[in-house]
Amino acid sequence: MSAITRDEVAHLARLSRLALNEDELDHLAAQLDEIISAVAKVQEAAEGDIPPSSHALPLTNVYRPDEVRPGLTPEQALSGAPAVEDQRFRVPQILGEEE
Amino acid sequence: MSSDLIRLSAAELGAAIARGEAGAVDAATAYLDRIAEVDGDVNAFLHVDREATLAQARAVDERRAAGEELGPLAGVPIAHKDVFTTEDMPTTAASKILEGWLPPYDATVTARLRKAGLVILGKTNMDEFAMGSSTENSAYGVTRNPWDTGRIPGGSSGGSSAAVAAFEAPLATGTDTGGSIRQPAAVCGLVGAKPTYGSSSRYGLIAFASSLDTPGPFARDVLDAALLHEAFSGHDPRDSTSIDAPVPPVVDAARRADVAGLRIGVVKQFAGEGYQPGVLQRFQESVELLESLGAKVVEVSCPSFDAALAAYYLIAPSEASSNLARFDAMRYGLRVGDDGTRSAEEVMALTRAEGFGPEVKRRIILGTYALSSGYYDAYYGSAQQVRTLIKRDFEAAFANVDVLVSPTTPTTAFPLGERSDDPMAMYLADLCTIPTNLAGNAALSVPCGLAPEDGLPVGLQIMAPALADDRTYRVGAAVEAALRDRSGGPLLAGSPYAV
Repeated sequence: MSAITRDEVAHLARLSRLALNEDELDHLAAQLDEIISAVAKVQEAAEGDIPPSSHALPLTNVYRPDEVRPGLTPEQALSGAPAVEDQRFRVPQILGEEE
Repeated sequence: MSSDLIRLSAAELGAAIARGEAGAVDAATAYLDRIAEVDGDVNAFLHVDREATLAQARAVDERRAAGEELGPLAGVPIAHKDVFTTEDMPTTAASKILEGWLPPYDATVTARLRKAGLVILGKTNMDEFAMGSSTENSAYGVTRNPWDTGRIPGGSSGGSSAAVAAFEAPLATGTDTGGSIRQPAAVCGLVGAKPTYGSSSRYGLIAFASSLDTPGPFARDVLDAALLHEAFSGHDPRDSTSIDAPVPPVVDAARRADVAGLRIGVVKQFAGEGYQPGVLQRFQESVELLESLGAKVVEVSCPSFDAALAAYYLIAPSEASSNLARFDAMRYGLRVGDDGTRSAEEVMALTRAEGFGPEVKRRIILGTYALSSGYYDAYYGSAQQVRTLIKRDFEAAFANVDVLVSPTTPTTAFPLGERSDDPMAMYLADLCTIPTNLAGNAALSVPCGLAPEDGLPVGLQIMAPALADDRTYRVGAAVEAALRDRSGGPLLAGSPYAV
């Protein structure tokens, strides 16, 4: 049995906002199947009551002092934008016409 | 004259400049000429701007002439991996999605090194978004290993390793998420360090896996690596995972180069099937060398290291799938298909499909899978538990030894193309380096000879607890000095691109 199907890969691609073509889906499905079968090894290794580690450092809630400091100017912030209008990011339509 | 300057170590070059025997402009000119001469073969650089570099060098000479107190590397040129933002140079992470992007601010690492007077030669090639072990995943062509231009320079920081190994730069920066400094350093015959997580700032570093990403140095010898390490490290309030602790005394340790009485553990798990015999032979000889220098060597078992690779290839892609969501075609970078008829979501999906290369797509989907409801506990959750076990294995080991050692990589540099469409084979290149990233510890790779079967460099990896980076430099410097005495010079002198 395969660890992941081509349909599942297509669904994950939609969730990840990746417009993959048919060839890419075929290729990726086979490779991901191999990779997921290999990394499933973690399930045996992690048997038992072991707390998870999300991070290497025992740090929580690090705050900096709430002080005013220089930020980017609007020109700097917009300098890499694909499209700009009236000192704002211009983006494609977000809502459909009927919404 | 110019080859004399590029032959110097960074420490020697910095000292020569401080004494007024050469200017920063002379050093920059020598290296820019070298880049012009050999980078057509090596392809280490993505961006070089001769006039801008010379202007930086002139500014450093002027600062010195004005009496400014400058550090030991002032005037020394450096190459930056193209994952650190530079406000005066494009920053792409070797991705089409960021082609031509000029960041509005400097990374902390680049800003600190500018302040210390280092002169930026350019930005180096890498695997796209630092995902890879060969630099073949760059959107801008492959980089070649100066020892054998038919082979990989390692990755993901392969442009930086190739540049330093080909004498195109005395120093370079890299980032190490699963081995991306140590592995390229090993296969190019260089010194490369992965500092303690949180001791070098991630601010302005294009994120791959935020709980693992660590900036670090490449150099031709241990002292130079230590000087660079010290120059950019230290607490940064702009990075919320930065450690507020003094930088370990790495430069003193590199000068001390003494291992008498040090307890060294050989990791039992890093040997056997999949390891090249010549790599194991040079590793074994290094262990014997350390013993002859007065270190006490014992074998140490770290059983959970066997699952480290699997845990890493769940944790890193999971974090990457989240981090790379920021490339949404809205605020910066590439935008494809915005013809007035398509929605933002369609434009986003088209842009990401065109802007990301195959390995990046593979990891985004793998990470999305590992984080999806129904699979989260089995994959991401289990991987986080393995991470705990790996930390415990290190803690148990470091209760009895001061450092752990292993080969840095299972094999020497493999031929270009050999693993480029076989992701699992590629991932094995990071087998020995990954546990240190998962635990957030310090490690360093130092050359320990050439493998007899192919004449290519082998790296010795030295691992130490968090904030004990200085121990890795002590051991690295001792091995380097002993091997130089034995063979009459540095390993790199045997490279076809040696000067």
